[in-house]
Amino acid sequence: MSPTLYEKLWDAHVIEGEAGQSPLLYIDLHLVHEVTSPQAFDGLRLGGRRVRRPDRTLATADHNVPTDPLSVPVTDPISKRQLEALEENCAEFGITLFPRGHENQGIVHVIGPELGVTQPGMTIVCGDSHTSTHGAFGSLAFGIGTSEVEHVLATQTLPQQKAKTMAVTVTGQLAPGVTAKDVALSIMKRLGTGGGLGYVLEYRGEVISALSMEGRMTVCNMSIEAGARAGLIAVDETTIDYLRGRPGVPEGEAFDDAVGRWRTFVSDADATFDAEVVIDGSAIVPFLTWGTNPGQVVALDGVVPSPDEALDDDQREAMTRALTYMDLTPGTKLRDVPVDVVFIGSCTNSRIEDLRVAAEVARDGHVAPSVRALVVPGSHRVKSQAEAEGLDQIFVAAGFEWREPGCSMCLGMNPDTLRPGQRCASTSNRNFEGRQGRGGRTHLVSPAVAAATALKGSFATPEEVRA
Amino acid sequence: MKPVHVIEGRAVPLERSDVDTDQIIPSEWLKRVERTGFGRGLFSEWRDDTNFVLNQPQYAGATILVAGPRFGTGSSREHAVWALMDYGFSAIIAPSFGDIFRNNASKQGLVIVQLAHEDVNALTALVSEWPERLVVVDVEQLVVEVPDASWRREFTLDPMTRERLLNGWDDVSLTLLRDAAITTYEAHSLAPTLTGVFDEAGRAN
Repeated sequence: MSPTLYEKLWDAHVIEGEAGQSPLLYIDLHLVHEVTSPQAFDGLRLGGRRVRRPDRTLATADHNVPTDPLSVPVTDPISKRQLEALEENCAEFGITLFPRGHENQGIVHVIGPELGVTQPGMTIVCGDSHTSTHGAFGSLAFGIGTSEVEHVLATQTLPQQKAKTMAVTVTGQLAPGVTAKDVALSIMKRLGTGGGLGYVLEYRGEVISALSMEGRMTVCNMSIEAGARAGLIAVDETTIDYLRGRPGVPEGEAFDDAVGRWRTFVSDADATFDAEVVIDGSAIVPFLTWGTNPGQVVALDGVVPSPDEALDDDQREAMTRALTYMDLTPGTKLRDVPVDVVFIGSCTNSRIEDLRVAAEVARDGHVAPSVRALVVPGSHRVKSQAEAEGLDQIFVAAGFEWREPGCSMCLGMNPDTLRPGQRCASTSNRNFEGRQGRGGRTHLVSPAVAAATALKGSFATPEEVRA
Repeated sequence: MKPVHVIEGRAVPLERSDVDTDQIIPSEWLKRVERTGFGRGLFSEWRDDTNFVLNQPQYAGATILVAGPRFGTGSSREHAVWALMDYGFSAIIAPSFGDIFRNNASKQGLVIVQLAHEDVNALTALVSEWPERLVVVDVEQLVVEVPDASWRREFTLDPMTRERLLNGWDDVSLTLLRDAAITTYEAHSLAPTLTGVFDEAGRAN
């Protein structure tokens, strides 16, 4: 029996129970942030319990930190209370924390990989659905709720049922100008919001192999949008090269030993999956979402679809509702739809490569007068790197706001929100109703499209705005 | 959590698909550090609409929510479960559910009933026709019933979830009984820890 990568990760971490007991999955790394943890720490206190493995637990503040200059205090008293609770809880239970302003602070799914604490072959959980991001490293990583956060804090394990496996094979080669985000959106177009339910996805094929780690993280990040438990990509040279020299990664002989282990985290050549989807990578174009769920994807060159194209009543109802919410008319060319706000950031697209692509586009022009454009690096390390490369100067000169790291406008839990009726081209992962602020209208796009759209004022690709 | 055996009451039909957890409880509510009081935020972006089904007096006091496919997808926020329960719901019936939402519900004793799409449509029609109608979700027998219409469907729960619901067991206590097995596993683990990676101030060593 030749195992898939998921089966290898499962076998390496499962603690089988006796009859009538759930299998337990041992958790190698637990990432913690301010929003989904306070009630879990309260639960520990109520039960008189400790954190079993503070040395496998790492915390950062990301969801509701303002992205204003650090000299500006947190003014929302409820956010402030939650950030303080995280500091108090980490101090009480002996957990390493990167609070607002710390040199290692950033979005939890950006800092794990960049600090090298995300490594192949691990199990990683966090009270955040986009934990699937870390699957890009051949690690089994998934989001959990607050009760499960408490469970992992107390026991370092989770009761789990084995998921089914689905191979998502992206063949061929991407056309110029097509990015990892377009790959992720093309997968969403194919699978819809329910296609991954019950599965762990393994992304593979020439297109995936050719992606950088940043690109692979973008693809794995959106696994949850298809309903999947997790997304995985096998370990290869790209993985190993990315990790070499990072703080959490061993050096010398210990590195070689680690690499030897890491290389085993691939699906066997003749492994069989419960399902497979094949996507022609050469047919992927710049995509965006038009509606209110991440499966409502259309080519940027296309038009707003009509509910007449729906396959069933539910889809027709969802499309009709989405058109109303988004204030769009079927048949309208997407390139003609004006936007009010452009957001470049989030755990999907706020890494150095994303900022480089966006800056390359911004270099040629200026943000349209009617548009507010924000660039929010994923972490302080990304911010410092970008500033060392002069990207901040390019953005500022082109009229973009250059902000402090955090989740920012991805989810409207901090001062960066849309006003009712505003339309946003966003490099984040969710276009749900009200996601970026009550009444806000979100279109998910790649960093390249976001930057071009900021310059033109309506949806655009970089070619269109190039001088 | 409290044991759950049989839930009886009115059922309110939501008639929407892809109700993600951002719709169930918007993120502005997630800044709170408490576990209670989220009922006021349930579906808060829709509650201003007087036509919204939860605002209809005939469904007041409903304990069962009937929804479209892919209910509870999206964010991992357990606040969605807290909000539904705080509002008064004890069971959710839908053709499919978000994975993390389903897990979160099982930890809190919110019963997740997955029925075939046509059965959910049939139930929606029954409770739309006569909102005061009694609906019964029986966790022991694993059936949903509308007694006055002689309508009855079986559903499945994984056996551990059913046991935990019926007994009100708390997962953490159950797992702590397996401490020896966890300790044995840890003794053989090669996975890296954070020891020595950061100094006291959290800077990389």
